[in-house]
Amino acid sequence: MSRRLIVAVVALATALAPVASAGAAQQPRASYMRIVEDVMCVVCHEPLEVAQSPEAFQEREFIRQEIGEGKTRQQIEHDLVVQLGPAVLARPPAHGVNLLVYIIPPVVLVLGISLVALFIPRWRRRAREAAAGEPAPSAATLDAADAKRLNEDLGRFA
Amino acid sequence: MRRFVLPGLIAAAAVALLALLTFGVSNNADSSSIDSQVARGQFPAAPNAHQALPVLGSSNKGNLAEFHGKVVVLNVFASWCPPCRAEAPLLAKEQQMLARHDATLVGVTYKDLSSATEQFAHQYHITYPVLRDVTGSFAQSFGVDGVPETFVINRKGQIQALNRSQLTAQWLDKTVPPILAEKS
Repeated sequence: MSRRLIVAVVALATALAPVASAGAAQQPRASYMRIVEDVMCVVCHEPLEVAQSPEAFQEREFIRQEIGEGKTRQQIEHDLVVQLGPAVLARPPAHGVNLLVYIIPPVVLVLGISLVALFIPRWRRRAREAAAGEPAPSAATLDAADAKRLNEDLGRFA
Repeated sequence: MRRFVLPGLIAAAAVALLALLTFGVSNNADSSSIDSQVARGQFPAAPNAHQALPVLGSSNKGNLAEFHGKVVVLNVFASWCPPCRAEAPLLAKEQQMLARHDATLVGVTYKDLSSATEQFAHQYHITYPVLRDVTGSFAQSFGVDGVPETFVINRKGQIQALNRSQLTAQWLDKTVPPILAEKS
């Protein structure tokens, strides 16, 4: 029984070995275009994909070399940070002061929406109350002279 | 009480934005303070002298404080910078003179890949130590906003002269010997 089990395990492992190695080999190859979209030229502070400074050419060459060495996108971006500091990344890492970049916009958005939701009903209610408090204009409020002039004016348009 | 909620929130937001602005401005070192102090003869201590920086071509780290007691000509450069290439032969020659006077050149690379700097050092026969300022914070503390820039640090660790453009032999010949002649 145990021999059969061992044989079965070995057979299964042998059968799955090519699948496993293929899976390992299928690790996504770093795309040059995807990397340069997410990386900055640290000298001219432009995205690397459009930067034309001599330093940008060096950065692009560095990325090509690393892709040639078979490194992944994460490894290449890590190497760029080691070489040129975190400023090389277009999206700053989410820790320290850089966290503010990710926290402030949603907080401001939520605050803005809350303020609008809070104050618009109040403003509308006040406007309605103010409108209700005003006397409705009517012909009855016109004095005799104004009424006569109005009638004359309307008569001219008839 | 409730009437103060909206103005309070707006005031808090304004204060927060001002704080962010202040933080951002304070993070950008002002070069004018070092320049004006040097011009007045009030030589400021070299900033961040104990900041450990990777040494080019080595896994070790080094800092400016290691050279205390020596005159240091600190040259901030990058391999991609044409004026840096133009002044490199001059600096290689200057190092030979400095080495005879208990002084040294120290290179600091600025926003440069180590492989490119190594190639540069090989090409221009650079024999003096080169530190890699990966984040740029060391150079920023000297008010560096471009390359090349050069600072002459006396034996007391003070910046006694600086040049924020490409070096000339005349500037070096006029500036460095009097500082070398001074005793600590």
